[in-house]
Amino acid sequence: MTDTTLEGKGRTLWGDVWDQYKTHKGALVGTAVFLFILFAVFLGPYIYKVDPQYLNIRVKNQGPSMAHLLGTDQLGRDMLAQVLHGGRVSMAVGVIAMAISLLVGTMVGLLAGYFKKLDGPLMRLTDLFLALPLLPLLLVIIMLFRDTLRGMFGPETGIFILIVSIIGATSWMHTARIVRGDVLAQKEREFVLAAKSIGTPDRRVILRHILPNVLSPIMVSATLGVANAIITESALSFLGLGFPSDFPTWGRLLFDGANYMTLTPARVVWPGLAISLTVLSVNFIGDGLRDALDPRIRGR
Amino acid sequence: MLPVGGTQIPEGRGILDDNAPLVKVENLKMYFPIYRGILSRRVGEVKAVDGLSFDIMEGETLGLVGESGCGKSTVGRALLHLYDLTNGAIEVNGHDISTLEGEELRELRPEMQMIFQDTQASLNPRMTVGSIIAEPLDEHTKLSKTDKRAKVGELMDAVGLARHFADRYPHEFSGGQRQRIGIARALALNPKFIVCDEPIAALDVSIQAQVVNLLEDLQEQLGLTYLFISHDLSMIRHLATRVAVMYLGKIVELSPRDALYEAPLHPYTEALLSAVPRPDTAQAATRNRIILKGDVPSPSNPPKGCNFCTRCPKVQDICRSLEPVWRDFGDGRFAACHLID
Ligand SMILES: Nc1ncnc2c1ncn2[C@@H]1O[C@H](COP(=O)(O)OP(=O)(O)OP(=O)(O)O)[C@@H](O)[C@H]1O
Ligand SMILES: [Mg+2]
Repeated sequence: MTDTTLEGKGRTLWGDVWDQYKTHKGALVGTAVFLFILFAVFLGPYIYKVDPQYLNIRVKNQGPSMAHLLGTDQLGRDMLAQVLHGGRVSMAVGVIAMAISLLVGTMVGLLAGYFKKLDGPLMRLTDLFLALPLLPLLLVIIMLFRDTLRGMFGPETGIFILIVSIIGATSWMHTARIVRGDVLAQKEREFVLAAKSIGTPDRRVILRHILPNVLSPIMVSATLGVANAIITESALSFLGLGFPSDFPTWGRLLFDGANYMTLTPARVVWPGLAISLTVLSVNFIGDGLRDALDPRIRGR
Repeated sequence: MLPVGGTQIPEGRGILDDNAPLVKVENLKMYFPIYRGILSRRVGEVKAVDGLSFDIMEGETLGLVGESGCGKSTVGRALLHLYDLTNGAIEVNGHDISTLEGEELRELRPEMQMIFQDTQASLNPRMTVGSIIAEPLDEHTKLSKTDKRAKVGELMDAVGLARHFADRYPHEFSGGQRQRIGIARALALNPKFIVCDEPIAALDVSIQAQVVNLLEDLQEQLGLTYLFISHDLSMIRHLATRVAVMYLGKIVELSPRDALYEAPLHPYTEALLSAVPRPDTAQAATRNRIILKGDVPSPSNPPKGCNFCTRCPKVQDICRSLEPVWRDFGDGRFAACHLID
């Protein structure tokens, strides 16, 4: 390496991370696609000003045309407008539910792996959650809390909070298990002992030494989590437990379209494509981030 | 427990005061439990360190030698209370650290530091060298960012690392350079006592000499006290003032360096020394090499009587039944063997 700065102040951690990230082609394409989707669903509706709820039964089940770029559904609603609007919710659900599940999973995994006393109870809790019959549980939770939350935050925000927290609370277990396993291995490494000999307290040993070294599995969980959350939301909506039927999400559109697949196959293609592209781009971003955050890969 | 009265070391003593022990160890035991089976029942224990007592004088280098697996690293780590001790009392600089926990122990950490055996494993791969060396400063000082950076620079100078390495990561360095990083980290808090756990074992010979010279220079400049762990007897001869020989979790002999190399007391020491290649051919021709038979017994199931009885060339009946006591042979020499009188 040829850095001429005497004190080496020219290199910053995030600068290095970005330098490495840039060299990962997949990550760059993934970022571009993700940003494009984000832009489309959040700003698109301001450009393409068609009301996704506007019914026009005379143009039902149409294929793509100049008036309706992606065609219409069985009630004559514009598909493009629905996909754009639905994306907002799906993206928000995916990202926020992933964040919740990641936070819970990482916390549980770190604590269980690091503190021997907590290992037993926390892992039994994890097993318990894994063994819970999810669907009946969801039904009960939604029945119990839907109306209170609707009353507090309005029908859509209430359901959004409910769905996001339910998905988050029921999908952290795999992250927790993977993180715990990795923590168990990392905490036996000598640099943790070195930190102890310095007198670094446990919480900082975890944050400074353990967490950065278990980032890879967390990244992988995160990227899978987004996909998982979007798809779970679709399934919930399909069961009538999620958002109301006149409120489009990608999952909703997909399942509604499934009934008309023989008539207008494009109706499942568009939301399906949107979900796949989001998931794929997030995966590539995760891949690039994981590499960029590892100093041993960085700079190669 | 230690007889604390009278052993308190007065503050502000000179570093060359040879008679004041900086570290006192009494009956140190470290057993690791073994769990087996589906119910993880405790089926026994590895007696990694089994009843050690010794002192380390201020400013000296105590060499600790022994075969691989005899418990040297465990002694070093137990001395710094990095493990929960099975038994024993450790006094460092007048503080009984074996009973301290949490914050009280943390406050004493700056006095005693460790240089680790495995240069790769002992440095966090995700931290820059600068932040690795600064970690002790982060934990124990309230220096400003620029002061910290200056101090890290000084430390890097002291161990012979170029300052611009501060922003690199450990994997970008050679083994010798990594060991210097470890040394700089250990020095950051101006410790009195440093446990050097085979700091040179992983390095090649030319770099070994550099690191050893560095350690010696630092000792001279800063008045450090070392526990120097090694299996390299010639390196120990070069560095140590006194030498402790370990076998299977116990110290079998502790003597001043010259006495030990001239006339070893314990048969195990004798065997170890006879295996050291010597440059002077006259002596090499006359010495008889003692080759030990058999393997080291498992520390989870040590033999009855003397630990060394299964391999000792001079073994007697008494060795197989009675554990030898730790005896003082005068002139600062100690050993545990039935056959010495
Ligand atoms: N955390 C642990 N749990 C269980 N057993 C252990 C543990 N650490 C060490 N031991 C056992 O204690 C014994 C002594 O180990 P130690 O690492 O102290 O040896 P050593 O003398 O430093 O060897 P080397 O020269 O190879 O470094 C070994 O038998 C080892 O298997
Ligand atoms: Mg060792």
